[in-house]
Amino acid sequence: MIEVIGLTKQYGSATVVNDLSFTVRTGTVTGFLGPNGAGKSTTMRMILGLDTPTKGRALIFGEPYDNLSKPLTKVGSLLDANWIHPNRSARSHLRFLAATNNINAKRVDKVLDTVGLTKVAGRAAGKFSLGMKQRLGLAAALLGDPQILIFDEPVNGLDPEGIFWIRTLMKDLAAEGRAVLVSSHLMSEMALTADHLIVIGAGKLIADSSTADFIARSTRSSVRVRSPQLAQLRIALQAAGLEITDLDDALEVNEAPIEQIGDIAFRAGLPLHELAGQSGSLEQAFIQLTADSVEYSDSGGGPGGPPPASPSFDAPGNAQLEGDLR
Amino acid sequence: MTLVNAERIKLESTRSPYWCLVAILVAGLGFAVINGLPDSGQGASISGALLGATIGMSIFMVLAALSITTEYRFGTIRSTFLAAPKRFKVLLAKSLLLAVIGLLAGSLVALAAFYLAKTLAASPMLPMELSTADEWRQVLGYGPLFAIAGVMAVSVGTILRQSAGAVAILLLWPLLIERLVSLIPTVGDYAPWLPFAAGQQFVSAGGAGADGPTPIQGLLVFAAWALALWLIALFLLKKRDA
Repeated sequence: MIEVIGLTKQYGSATVVNDLSFTVRTGTVTGFLGPNGAGKSTTMRMILGLDTPTKGRALIFGEPYDNLSKPLTKVGSLLDANWIHPNRSARSHLRFLAATNNINAKRVDKVLDTVGLTKVAGRAAGKFSLGMKQRLGLAAALLGDPQILIFDEPVNGLDPEGIFWIRTLMKDLAAEGRAVLVSSHLMSEMALTADHLIVIGAGKLIADSSTADFIARSTRSSVRVRSPQLAQLRIALQAAGLEITDLDDALEVNEAPIEQIGDIAFRAGLPLHELAGQSGSLEQAFIQLTADSVEYSDSGGGPGGPPPASPSFDAPGNAQLEGDLR
Repeated sequence: MTLVNAERIKLESTRSPYWCLVAILVAGLGFAVINGLPDSGQGASISGALLGATIGMSIFMVLAALSITTEYRFGTIRSTFLAAPKRFKVLLAKSLLLAVIGLLAGSLVALAAFYLAKTLAASPMLPMELSTADEWRQVLGYGPLFAIAGVMAVSVGTILRQSAGAVAILLLWPLLIERLVSLIPTVGDYAPWLPFAAGQQFVSAGGAGADGPTPIQGLLVFAAWALALWLIALFLLKKRDA
């Protein structure tokens, strides 16, 4: 179990992580979500004792990371797959980590096998592709058979097969009763993997709820209906007090249970050619939720001003381009 | 001990330490040949035969500094701290390992260089013998010197966190900076107490100079400088984000 209590990190006057509190429970995959630069990596580094918090603390099984003896047997982490010496073999990389925590050398071969690197274990890790480096990083995380796993953007730069593999691995680890904390800036990825979501923006907690709740709350659901007698259907639905949007050859009914619409059509004796529930884009919801906290969109007014109309994650680039054109 | 073992694996599993050790041997033996071979070895002497060992010490400092700066260069320092969050112990383990390697490398290279020069010198003017304690000190003294220099280099590497800077300082300091300081009036009087000048006293033939340290004092002064740098390194290592 990881407890983060009032965690704050300031670099000079910039507050990267701002009074963040949350808990990561065992047996679940907890998605740690936020746009780039929201403070996800910094939070993870503080949990793992690499960075010292300005205020607050992070506890692992009730203790700060620094106090853990043989920490690799309690917490496995993959923050950056490039933290390897390019001339050191994959096996030697794992051997020195194992030696540091008195982990049996047999575990090294075991985890190499788990991640599928046995055949290339003797090769210099610097020659690995990004996908292989990620696998080596996962091997290092699994080395001590820990109860807690922390992954920072593990699917970044992976091919679909690799993504599927990591997704499955994380779910399996949680199913074995471990706590998995995984960060991502991709809402859609987390919707597939995580049981629980912690969403941050500009270092502040925005949401802390189960994935299902989060999706239900933050996406608009609607029902699409098609009928050869569309006009009559429209009247029947309006009579029931439902909010309707007209589409080319169909109707979209907002925020209504799909069963109710089917029943209305049946009672009115109208044939239906389509009756389909639709949920709004999760990605859209996430962007809206974190829009106000995307600090580096320099469009829009200062404090008190209106939020940017269409928040874009690459706003600085656009602004730069416009500036150059003028 | 666990951490020393881990540090040993790290050092063994990359190539550069081996190259450095080979270079130390080449430097040490090369100067022994230069000292022992010409003119049937008439000019051979202990200090002459061991000139290469002093250069070897500089190369050893490069090895020691790289052992920490490459960790910063490639980010493995974070992997190390994730596995061993007590940074004091990490620095201690690394320093101990390099001190031990330095002790062995320094003594062995110096002994090898001495015996090579002795063998090559057919008719030296002064006998090439290891009989008195002072003569043994001049040769085996390189062991402790290498060890202390290794700790000093690890400290400088930890403080600077980057290879080029650490290597530049460690090479220029003994060769240039201490010489320049000795040229400054008044301040220059203290030049023999600077770390490398003092350390070199431990492997010199003579006793104390007029105002310089004796060999034993020299060794202690060298060690004190290394300890001071080590404590600064420890302070920074604990304070800084990895």
